[in-house]
Amino acid sequence: MLVKKHKSEIDQILANYPADRQRAAVMPLLYLAQREYGYLTSEAVGEVADILSLDKTEVAKLIGFYTLFHDESGGDYRIQVCTDLPCALRGAETFADELCENLGIELGGTTEDGKITVESVMCLAACDRAPMFQVQDREGLHYHENQTIDSAMELIDQLRQEAADD
Amino acid sequence: MTEYRLLRHRVIDDIGQLDVYLENGGFQAFEQAVRDKTPDEVIQVVKDSGLRGRGGAGFPTGLKWSFLGESTPRYVAVNADESEPGTFKDREIMEHNPYQFLEGVALCAYAARANVAYIYSRGEFWDISAQLDERIAILRERGYLGENLFGTDYSLDLRTHLGAGAYICGEESALLESLEGKLGMPRLRPPFPTVRGLFDRPTVINNVETLTNVPGIVANGSDWYREFGTEKSPGTKVFCLSGKINKPGNYELPLGTPFRELIYEHGGGIPDGKQIKAILPAGASAPILKATDEVLDTPMDYESVPKVGSQLGSASVIILDETVDIAWAEYKITRFFQHESCGKCTPCREGTYWMRNILDRFEAGQAAASDIQLLDDVAQGIQGKCLCALGEFAGGAVAGGIANFRSDFEKRTGNGHE
Repeated sequence: MLVKKHKSEIDQILANYPADRQRAAVMPLLYLAQREYGYLTSEAVGEVADILSLDKTEVAKLIGFYTLFHDESGGDYRIQVCTDLPCALRGAETFADELCENLGIELGGTTEDGKITVESVMCLAACDRAPMFQVQDREGLHYHENQTIDSAMELIDQLRQEAADD
Repeated sequence: MTEYRLLRHRVIDDIGQLDVYLENGGFQAFEQAVRDKTPDEVIQVVKDSGLRGRGGAGFPTGLKWSFLGESTPRYVAVNADESEPGTFKDREIMEHNPYQFLEGVALCAYAARANVAYIYSRGEFWDISAQLDERIAILRERGYLGENLFGTDYSLDLRTHLGAGAYICGEESALLESLEGKLGMPRLRPPFPTVRGLFDRPTVINNVETLTNVPGIVANGSDWYREFGTEKSPGTKVFCLSGKINKPGNYELPLGTPFRELIYEHGGGIPDGKQIKAILPAGASAPILKATDEVLDTPMDYESVPKVGSQLGSASVIILDETVDIAWAEYKITRFFQHESCGKCTPCREGTYWMRNILDRFEAGQAAASDIQLLDDVAQGIQGKCLCALGEFAGGAVAGGIANFRSDFEKRTGNGHE
């Protein structure tokens, strides 16, 4: 249970918003739940709704609207390649295709070991350093810019190693 | 040659450390304002400076602050949702010159007589937002934030808040909805946020770059600020240069600098000896321009770019060379808007979907000659009917593409003039 395990963090989050406007804490709490459970399970959504005294559907609908919330499990690491116009002009589409080919998956798919998902996403505000991607995992998000297939595959090897060590 | 007023980290190493920022005059403007100036005096100097909002609309900042309703509490919400394709300036400021930005937020809050300011970053700025948290904690420790600042009765707290991946939250009323824990969908206006904004309270919403201008203005006055730029578009601006260009990146230049200077002097021209074909001056959100001599010699300011048929917007200048097919570029742009349409109003939700559908046919080489007219009809049909600018931008982008580069669409229908 989030409320038992992360009581002080939840209290800190709630304290950021006026007492009569606690609903504002819903997105930070969803991030906390995603960190705890890996993705937003039905139970996790229920827990967040209970903390804020909201209907579960009021919370669940946010997950469909915001792309960084996930209601199904993916790879441990989601490699999100920007393929929007400025990045595409610097070869990001070819980069994403080649990366998938190297990993033996389709764009949007997950490797057989369940570690790596590759997705195409909208602009990440790094247009001058394409090809680039962000890696989303349970703990957060990190940018990787000016990438080549070699540098990306090296990073993926490291991530797989970290996942194996955990 | 301009001096750096925003990207000061490029000349002052380690300005991201508080002590270095303080040695370079940091937080003097804020301390003096809180001790010796009234909020109205701060608003007046920002008005006199002519500073205009850098998020895209170019609205006069001081004027916006003067519209604030009287009721309390009031809030400041900082728009750090930088998501326009081609825009990456706020990120550089927050990563490398964070204290100047935070001092700007503090000055805005003082001018607004607000005691809490929220910094709403796009969720992808996870690491940047965490760094801001650390710096805000340092400012509290060192007495630049907190209760009874500098021995006065003014108190201020800054708080960060992360979005979760939705372009629409950069639209100010959608940002407020999202910050309140709802779907990021635009509100009907009026009431405007300055009257009824965050948590139904009077709220000032400003972009990161806008606020980063404020410490210099308050410290040095409006005449100093007006040393650069034009009469109606004063100051320097960070221009984001991307696409088919030798040296992509951020360039801080006076407003009114011509496109040609940005592209050829600073950006090093077009790679591989290719010719420039088109310019997107404001990312996906303003009509595409043919790179004629007239356009290249146009000053990049809020008045001049509209005269050649587009907008300065957030000054995210994307360069397309002769190898780029504009029908493809419009497909990419439309794919973006269709994905990011919030779905609240019908013209945008349905219009972006159908434009995407038709452009898919162009991409697949299955478009009929009549599809150009159909696409143009949908694009024109969206405009003037949407709740917020997103739908307007989506329609304008496609209509502008067809108007300026019709032959690129014709080539793909099999009825063109190859």
